[in-house]
Amino acid sequence: MVMRRVLIAICSMVLLAAQVLAFQPSAGQGEFVRIDQLPPADQLRAAPLLIAAYAFVWAVLMFYLWSIWRRLGKVELDMRSLEQRTANRNRAR
Amino acid sequence: MKKLFVPLTVLTALMFMYAPVMIANAPYEATMGLVQKIFYFHVPAWMAMFTAVFVCGIASALSLFRGTPAADRVAAAAGELTVLFGSIGLVTGPLWARKAWGVWWQWDARLTMALLLELIFIAYLLVRKYGGPGSDKLAAAMAIFGMANVPFVYVSVNIWRTIHPLTTVVPTLGDKMGPRALAAFWFSALSFMLLFVLLLTMRVQLDERRAELDRLYLEEEE
Repeated sequence: MVMRRVLIAICSMVLLAAQVLAFQPSAGQGEFVRIDQLPPADQLRAAPLLIAAYAFVWAVLMFYLWSIWRRLGKVELDMRSLEQRTANRNRAR
Repeated sequence: MKKLFVPLTVLTALMFMYAPVMIANAPYEATMGLVQKIFYFHVPAWMAMFTAVFVCGIASALSLFRGTPAADRVAAAAGELTVLFGSIGLVTGPLWARKAWGVWWQWDARLTMALLLELIFIAYLLVRKYGGPGSDKLAAAMAIFGMANVPFVYVSVNIWRTIHPLTTVVPTLGDKMGPRALAAFWFSALSFMLLFVLLLTMRVQLDERRAELDRLYLEEEE
């Protein structure tokens, strides 16, 4: 009977110890790591990527605005030359 | 719309100038840091793209079944804007992914479907431009199928296992990142939506002037 109680107590302590060990914080940093020894993704600087993304948005939008402006200008030019041609023809008659 | 055009242009320009300030003031995300700020114009670009797809699809349906020339002009304009905003999303996404995932591109469901949607609308523009007589009807059908693809692109991250962030990122933004991040995001999204409306108006006006020019040429020939 005593043996059984001792066994239960030991098992309970082992199980509890496992729980306590599982919740231990990870070991502190024992050594420094140079930045060039990090994985490639962690070494990459974010600022150039962010600036590139922002610049691309502006560049694409400006290009599109310029393309609409150019196309609209061409249509207006055609319209003016057509109006002039019609006016010249009417004058000749 | 003509009266509102100039004030809306000024407002959009001011919003686009102020948006970077709000984005810079938004808090840093814990794991991604600075590169997460691409999110503030990557997602609004996709929102503008999806809106453009819906406008193009609905206008194409109207043009196909009712033969309305004005609807066809709106569809053509929205088709161009779909490709424009889609290209912004497809370029800014990999720039974020390079830092966040360690790769530029991943052939997962969301990215692949988004690329296919962009390709459908590039094909739409090519068919419209080089397809010859009757190509506007074929293009309209393509736009309707492109529109049907949008809900699948949106929910793809929730259905299939992908590495792309889920659709819950935006609804939980305020809770997780705070009100400044939420304000920066919706400010940026509103800027993109206003820009979409402005560009659509300008592009439709271009086609109206072209239609007017064609009418004048026909009159002259007669």
